[in-house]
Amino acid sequence: MAIKIKEVTRPPKNFQGQIYLWEVWLGLLVTFRHLFVNLGRHTLKALGIKTEPGAVTIQYPEDPAVLGKRARTRHRLLKRDDGTPRCTACLLCETICPAKCIRIVAEESPDVIVEKRAKSFSIDLGLCVFCGYCAEACPVDAIHMDSTDVAITAYDRKDMIWNMAELLEGKKNPASA
Amino acid sequence: MAQFTLDGKKVEAKEGSLVIDAAREAGTEIPHYCYHPTLGNPGNCRLCVVEVEGAPKPMVSCRLPVKEGMVVHSNSPQALRARSSALELHLVNHPLDCPVCDQAGECGLQDYYMKHGQYESQVRENKLHKKKRVPIGPHVMLDQERCVLCTRCTRFTSEVTKTHELGIFGRGHKEAIDLAPGKTLDNPYSGNVVDICPVGALTDRDFRYKVRVWYLDKTNSICPGCSRGCNISLHTNTKRPWHNEGRRAARIKPRHNAEINGYWICDEGRYSCSKLDEDRLGKVMQLKPAPAEISWDAALSEISQSLAKNIEEKGKEGLAVIASGLLSNEDWAGFKKIFVEALKVSHFLFTPEPDQMGEEDELLRKKEKVPNLKGGEALGFGTQIKSESWESLAQKIESGKIWGLYILERDPSKVWKEKTKNLLDKLELIVFQSPYKTAIGNWAHYRLPATSYAEEEGHFTNFEGKIQKYEQALLPLGEALPDWDILQKLERHYKEVQSHALTGASK
Repeated sequence: MAIKIKEVTRPPKNFQGQIYLWEVWLGLLVTFRHLFVNLGRHTLKALGIKTEPGAVTIQYPEDPAVLGKRARTRHRLLKRDDGTPRCTACLLCETICPAKCIRIVAEESPDVIVEKRAKSFSIDLGLCVFCGYCAEACPVDAIHMDSTDVAITAYDRKDMIWNMAELLEGKKNPASA
Repeated sequence: MAQFTLDGKKVEAKEGSLVIDAAREAGTEIPHYCYHPTLGNPGNCRLCVVEVEGAPKPMVSCRLPVKEGMVVHSNSPQALRARSSALELHLVNHPLDCPVCDQAGECGLQDYYMKHGQYESQVRENKLHKKKRVPIGPHVMLDQERCVLCTRCTRFTSEVTKTHELGIFGRGHKEAIDLAPGKTLDNPYSGNVVDICPVGALTDRDFRYKVRVWYLDKTNSICPGCSRGCNISLHTNTKRPWHNEGRRAARIKPRHNAEINGYWICDEGRYSCSKLDEDRLGKVMQLKPAPAEISWDAALSEISQSLAKNIEEKGKEGLAVIASGLLSNEDWAGFKKIFVEALKVSHFLFTPEPDQMGEEDELLRKKEKVPNLKGGEALGFGTQIKSESWESLAQKIESGKIWGLYILERDPSKVWKEKTKNLLDKLELIVFQSPYKTAIGNWAHYRLPATSYAEEEGHFTNFEGKIQKYEQALLPLGEALPDWDILQKLERHYKEVQSHALTGASK
């Protein structure tokens, strides 16, 4: 298929465009429209009249981020009622992970009914693309992406790797890196 | 020959042969659990049912002889319904613990259920619990709940190994596979029951939870464990190195070859893969006078110079070569070229010695635990070119007749024991070339890393003289090179040294 080229003609240079002031005024017009529309909405709300909600500025990171109900955030591993990790190390999440950020090593569980468990489980959050496939693939509901933690930061790449204990507790242990 | 119709196609087959066999030859795989080409056809899994026109009910194709003019439908609605009902019954007490089951990914139940299953189970009762995780032998783990009672394993122990360790106990829904009283599944072919088990009832203890089967790469290879030359499939895990305890070779499975090993391999060969990367040589080393890493070129040219110098001063009769049947046909050819044609060595040692002899039986295992003595024999090693014995070689070294020793993949210290140090101290040049570290490697002047059979391509000639190819499964470890390549490079270096000596003399 040949590439199609669409030629766009530049607007002609004129005095109005060259002094810029007219365009500045146009921009400010948009800003002031938002100001007065939102001011109006907030005032109406204060008076108890139902309207569209006005825009709100959040002081992030001092205030927490507002997340949607289905937002995919940092993973957490779930525990059974007896406190052991639910993960049976079936490796389906590791298999489906498109970023290859999950590493699991399986071992024999002392419990005959459980049979298999994870010896180690780590997620490299620096590689994770937050697609949610791991939570989707898990047959035993052991991994969720609903920790509401979006501020995953570190000074070192290897600090972005969370191990099993950290994913279970939902807290990065600074000593583990 | 009889002609019959299978799914609308005309198929030729021998009169009286089984429909399931004829269908497979015609390219139609009819699902089955209990039927196995070498273990008979009890017809108890009811999965191979087909519709035969004129027959009042679906017929099991593994017990149905081919007749002239019969019309068989393997995928008609009637056959499919019968098959999915049979599968439903197989799953009544199956725990469906695929996430923790090692068979997942190569399981007969998974495969056939995806194709023929009823996705909504009608069973509302609780599943019956049986024994789980029972080690029934050194290599095999039993899970009775997953079993579909196809009896392949019991037939294997009664018909192939004739050791009768496994049997079916109980009646009705409590029927289960178990060990015969007082027995353990420890015959030398016990690993094969894992292969023939279509579900996860019998799994490998060695392979248990090491790596998922879908991460494995499969390579056609030949078992180097003995002179039988069994066809194997080498399963390797290289893409996710944190699995399988970091080992690259994950397991060995038999590959069907009716002329050599049939469907089986022995446990010795099967469980040898865990040692594939153990104690490997990775670097070219010069160990005397002081241990130092050295490049291939430098090592081979120093060896050639030392060989040339010693041959000049002490004569070519003073060089002895110890080789083993682990060399491939290609290695033997390179071996012949340098040691027979270029160096004209007169002392060879390649007969299998106590460390390379083992048990033998009528099924597969052979006495010589090296794969390719025949390949050497084809080039005259052991026939025209006679082999020394360990004693005669030791005597010759003792008396000072030998000044140099070139050792390929053997360990004389296993035979000479405490005499070894005294004997080797008398030598001017010891070269050790092998994939594996051995005690002798530490006494050598030069230690050259070679590739293992999994890291090179080549041919083995088995004890019957059948030549078989094995393929490369892994990348060479460290600086390792195939034996033939090392020998060929050494030959080139030696010829170079010789030509320099000649030009030097003419000046």
